[in-house]
Amino acid sequence: MTMALTPSAAVHAIRGNLATRRRNVTLGLAAALALTFALALYLGDFPVAPLDVLRSLLSPLTGEVNKGVDFIVLNVRVPRAVLAVLTGMSFALSGIIFQTLLRNPLASPDIIGISHGASASAVFGIIVLGLSGLWVSVGAFAGAVLTALAIYGLAWRNGVTAYRVVLIGIGMAAIMGAVMSYLFTRARLFEVQQALAWLIGSLNAANTGDIYPLAMALVVLIPLTIALLRTLDAMQLGDDTATALGARVEFSRLGLILAAVGYAAFATAAVGPVSFVAFVAGPIARRLLNGAGNGFLQAGLVGALVMLGSDMVAQHALPSIQLPVGVVTGVFGALFLLWLLMASNRAGRVN
Amino acid sequence: MTNVAPTFDARHGAPLLLGLLGLVALVLAIAFLSITVGARPVTLDTVWAALTAYNPDSTDHRIIWELRLPRTVIGLLVGAALGLAGAVLQGATRNPLADPSILGIHAGAALFVVLGVAILGISQLSIYVWLAFAGAGAAMLIVYAVASLGRDGATPIKLALAGAAMTAALQSVISAILLTSPRTLDEVRFWQVGSLAGRNMDIVIQVAPFLAVGIILALASARLLDGLSMGEDVARALGQRIGLSRAIAGLAAVILAGASTAAAGPIAFVGLTMPHVARAITGPNYRWILPYSMLLAPILLLGADILGRILAPPGEVQVGIVTAFLGAPFFIALVRRRKLASL
Repeated sequence: MTMALTPSAAVHAIRGNLATRRRNVTLGLAAALALTFALALYLGDFPVAPLDVLRSLLSPLTGEVNKGVDFIVLNVRVPRAVLAVLTGMSFALSGIIFQTLLRNPLASPDIIGISHGASASAVFGIIVLGLSGLWVSVGAFAGAVLTALAIYGLAWRNGVTAYRVVLIGIGMAAIMGAVMSYLFTRARLFEVQQALAWLIGSLNAANTGDIYPLAMALVVLIPLTIALLRTLDAMQLGDDTATALGARVEFSRLGLILAAVGYAAFATAAVGPVSFVAFVAGPIARRLLNGAGNGFLQAGLVGALVMLGSDMVAQHALPSIQLPVGVVTGVFGALFLLWLLMASNRAGRVN
Repeated sequence: MTNVAPTFDARHGAPLLLGLLGLVALVLAIAFLSITVGARPVTLDTVWAALTAYNPDSTDHRIIWELRLPRTVIGLLVGAALGLAGAVLQGATRNPLADPSILGIHAGAALFVVLGVAILGISQLSIYVWLAFAGAGAAMLIVYAVASLGRDGATPIKLALAGAAMTAALQSVISAILLTSPRTLDEVRFWQVGSLAGRNMDIVIQVAPFLAVGIILALASARLLDGLSMGEDVARALGQRIGLSRAIAGLAAVILAGASTAAAGPIAFVGLTMPHVARAITGPNYRWILPYSMLLAPILLLGADILGRILAPPGEVQVGIVTAFLGAPFFIALVRRRKLASL
């Protein structure tokens, strides 16, 4: 082409490129997720042939029953993989909302104290009240919500600033950490082990019952997020500009924070405070998109992929032991952090 | 806290010196309390007798020499070290949030200790010292290097988040080890909280040389920190070698934080809060901030330790827990005051 593009044609072409990129990234992630999901149903100590997996999945329709294989596939592997996908997605959405609102790629719920609140509350439940199962989840949920409210309230001073929320979150994290340490020194070794296992976060005991509360929460939270997302783009320009553009800044921010806390709280209640999924998903998605969109949908897919993939590594990496999934995501997160910070140095960005 | 270049102000010299003497008296008083208060109260006369005419047959004398005195000396040394480490780190990084626990030093030390226990089967506090040193140094280097990348250098928010993220990442590795090795968990769970209890004179003798070197190095770096606090450009224009100054201060901080973590476990927030109190009293001059931090921190630490002894009889609350409960609300109040942005 020798002729220069007119400005409007150039804008059109760039928009087209961005849309193509967004579509490719989304489709690629979805395909990777589908593949990993299929692999998760196939892999395991008990060998099931791919065709048998398919037959089991279809057995409610066909009525063709093979009790042993059906149990393994439908009652063990499917709930586990579905829970991994849903929790990964929830953690990721929670993380990317906080990272976007606080305008800092490191500000995820497991750094700014919300996961600590859930953890301290759950440890209190396990050690002091002797809770187990569902009630630990309820306690964790309450802890996350209360801690988030406390952080928001303490950071409020004619509105909240990202800086204060982050630093006060770190302060709250320290207090919650001290609560946990105290409980750990007061408890019997068995209870400490039990609490520690919960704290790392695991899918080893996943069952169908864990899925329902989270799935119902997502049905409410995802539309709410989509509705509030439109103001987020304006808020990225700064509070004053956003207000001038007609965005209801405080209202939208509170709504989004509530949604983010909801995602984190329900996911934590289901599988424990699995670290770093919330932290890594947003930055990975944005880097893949490279400016083509806000990355919320893609971050959700990345989160699901990270969670499902980490769980598979955790299950099958060591022949004799099933590691909890939180161990794998944590190490992954540390390496990713280094890469993220070094990469943003090359680009000369502030964050 | 202010942007005014620190100058030596002769007018404040005398009151500040008096204040310093007052703090010395307070430290002595609280040290005395630490020797007398506990599950078995001891009188002043007994303490004096134990110190001047030790009688091995007396239970009180043995309690004082074998339990209370080492504990108090460790409290004083570790407190001074944490206060200085915090002040030096805050000055060297020009960051009001710098603190051994926020910069990941504690998690690094803890990881190495946990690895030592789990893999090498070490169970002596005397070897923990070396492990904690190595871990503290490695963690601080990585956190600082990662946070200072980028054009705007190590801003408070980047350092805090890089440190917190590093702490979280290391913590997950620690958790993995503790989860698969109940023996290590049992060994480490009390060390990990931070405590002054159960330390004998051998530990004091082992960490004292390091702490002494660290304290001297830190106090000697006051002039360098004052230079850095004027800003990199001004300091360089005045002929100061920025990189060398940061390296000396950083070395002092790692020795102090590593040795104190080795002796008492990772104690949160003493190093963060006390330099801010000191700065509020003395103004921006590090020649005063450093000695004030060095005296204020043991007061908080020993005070928290004494409080921990009497809060929940017959048991004790570990000093690390009490200081976090006291320190974190202080920190939050400090953030709310909005005076943190420049240092």
